[in-house]
Amino acid sequence: MPEALLQTRQLRKEFGGLVAVDDVDFTVPAGAIVSLIGPNGAGKTTFFNMLTGVYRPTAGRVEFNGEDMTGKPPHAFTHRGIGRTFQNIRLFQNMTALENVLVGMHVRLKGNLFEAILRTPRVKHEEAAARDRARELLEFSGLRRKDRELGKNLSYGDQRRLEVARALATQPKLLLLDEPTAGMNPQETADFTSFVGVLREQQGLAVLLIEHDMRVVMGVSDRVTVLDYGQKIAEGTPQEIQRNERVIEAYLGTAAVSG
Amino acid sequence: MRRRIRAAVVARWWQLLGAVGLPRERWSAQPRLLRRFVLAVVWAAIALALVALWGVWKTSAIAAAAIVIFIAVPWYERLTIRGRRVGKFVVPLCVLGLAIGYPYYGTDMPQVPIFGPFPQLSTMVVMMIFTMMALGLNVVVGYAGLLDLGYVAFYAMGAYMAGWFASNQFAKQKLDLGAVGLYQGWTGFHLSIWLILPMAGIATAIVGVLIGLPTLRLRGDYLAIVTLGFGEILPQIARNGDNLFGTSFNLTNGTGGITPIDQPGFGNWAKEHLHLPAQYATAANFDAVFFWTALALVCIVVFCSMRLRDSRLGRAWIAIREDETAAAAMGVPLMRTKTWSYATGAFFGGVAGAFYASYKSGAFPDDFFFQISVFILCMVILGGMGNIWGVIFGACFLAYLDREGLSNVGTWINGHFGTHLDVPLYEFGIFGIIIVVVMLFRPEGLIPSARIAHEMHEGVHDEPLYDHEIAGA
Repeated sequence: MPEALLQTRQLRKEFGGLVAVDDVDFTVPAGAIVSLIGPNGAGKTTFFNMLTGVYRPTAGRVEFNGEDMTGKPPHAFTHRGIGRTFQNIRLFQNMTALENVLVGMHVRLKGNLFEAILRTPRVKHEEAAARDRARELLEFSGLRRKDRELGKNLSYGDQRRLEVARALATQPKLLLLDEPTAGMNPQETADFTSFVGVLREQQGLAVLLIEHDMRVVMGVSDRVTVLDYGQKIAEGTPQEIQRNERVIEAYLGTAAVSG
Repeated sequence: MRRRIRAAVVARWWQLLGAVGLPRERWSAQPRLLRRFVLAVVWAAIALALVALWGVWKTSAIAAAAIVIFIAVPWYERLTIRGRRVGKFVVPLCVLGLAIGYPYYGTDMPQVPIFGPFPQLSTMVVMMIFTMMALGLNVVVGYAGLLDLGYVAFYAMGAYMAGWFASNQFAKQKLDLGAVGLYQGWTGFHLSIWLILPMAGIATAIVGVLIGLPTLRLRGDYLAIVTLGFGEILPQIARNGDNLFGTSFNLTNGTGGITPIDQPGFGNWAKEHLHLPAQYATAANFDAVFFWTALALVCIVVFCSMRLRDSRLGRAWIAIREDETAAAAMGVPLMRTKTWSYATGAFFGGVAGAFYASYKSGAFPDDFFFQISVFILCMVILGGMGNIWGVIFGACFLAYLDREGLSNVGTWINGHFGTHLDVPLYEFGIFGIIIVVVMLFRPEGLIPSARIAHEMHEGVHDEPLYDHEIAGA
């Protein structure tokens, strides 16, 4: 297996008496597409939130690129190279698409308060370059000519695309997508699936996906990890997961075996 | 080019007439003689009205200029010189020009119905100072969305900085750095006002950071409550600071306040060579020089506000206001960014406070009550949070009502209805009503920023999602 980009060791999160994530060991290799699946309430999003610093783990470690990130604030995760989207879209609704992407570039830009007031040549140049790059990213994500639209005026599919564009603007090494195809129609889902493939090929990104749509998971993933009641019950290639009896029992149901 | 102006004016004019039921077609259908006659009557009426109503050529000229500018605004906005869009500066520059000239024509202006005469110059100075403070608070409330109910603490800090470094407060020391108008046998620190203004700003920004570090981890209502606390603590220290912690160290001179504070001025050299006033106190046009200085400071604050709004930091502030969790996930360091907004707001508040203290020649603890925080917040809300022009309007209007407007209105009411109301007594009640009415009918403020208007009508998406321990780190 190639070198691990992201690794968790015995990662655990308790909310009061409830153990949401129970000592999970987990790895995302560099350049891989890994999916995280499991029934509702299995702890997937909680796990995600620990990987991005939104939650602090009760116990265990998160390592990214060999660096211990446990307990660091979210912006530190972004700075090291983890970009994410949200399950329920969280765009900056009243900012334009371009501004949304520019906020995503925050960690990669340097202009400070004094430079902003004086508008030094350096910061002027930086801003112009950032705008160009933001437009490129919007175009890459299929949002050409939408740069002046307010976030909330975009269609649902475009909002999902903008979230990805904004996450890409942080220049991640690992992209975390939380149910990116939720609410998409089959055509949009298919487009999105191929888009994830393009991301890996063109940008060399590793992708971690939480997903309910099995066609997406089985179609695009290198590896699949299954959570149930906070515990990792299986890990392997999509084919192995489809044949795994514990997974079938917990989640997929008998239809997946026959289908 | 003249043809385009004309076309714009004519189009606007027919739009106006069309709205009252006289579209162009109907007018053209009338006999020619009738049209000519009506036009002649209209022009004569306009000329008569200008002379009869005002009779003062200055006013008429200003009114005519205002009308022309208003009608031609859509045209100006598209004006470009070498690809730079200079059009958007036309109206602000006209307003600035009118403001600079105010000391010359202000007293000639006619009475306005109900509100009475135009504001006096001393009122204008106070309006400018409150504009500065409101713009500072706007950075905190309007941009970053942090509700600060203790802004008066920054104002107090600035005022006391002027008190400490430009008066006899510390009688054991003796230091003169460019102060003007010192008398024989002076003691204490006496620094030039031009040094004190930035010093006050920086010191207040530091206080802002110190207050911000423990409080900015909180969200929404909790932050408001804590800032409310700090807004009470600092003025209380000022009130009781004549015997600090029982050490009989007199920091603030207690309820008596620090007075007199040195007057601003540029000194004799600047008077001879640059014709700047050597000493504001002895200047013949005392209020006018203060007004121009305050206006210059306001311009600086406006400039900084605009530059910041369009910068990386400004975007991060707005992102935090929109959705804190998403902003953090996109790599905006919450604590640092919020603290910058607090420090910036505090800086402007401190400068305004120091300037006000030197204008009044004193820093008195009674000026720093909670009401002032609310008063400044009202200015920001009334004008339109986040919008610089709205905030300027709100600040000028409310400060004017406070100083002159309400008593003028009261005189008018009593004169017309034979009542004996003391209207300024109901000041905060009236401000309350204004805010309630604004919130009911135009919650985004009178001149809103497009963004806030959307938020006010449709809400923002920001449910907290964090562990408290990391939220701010």
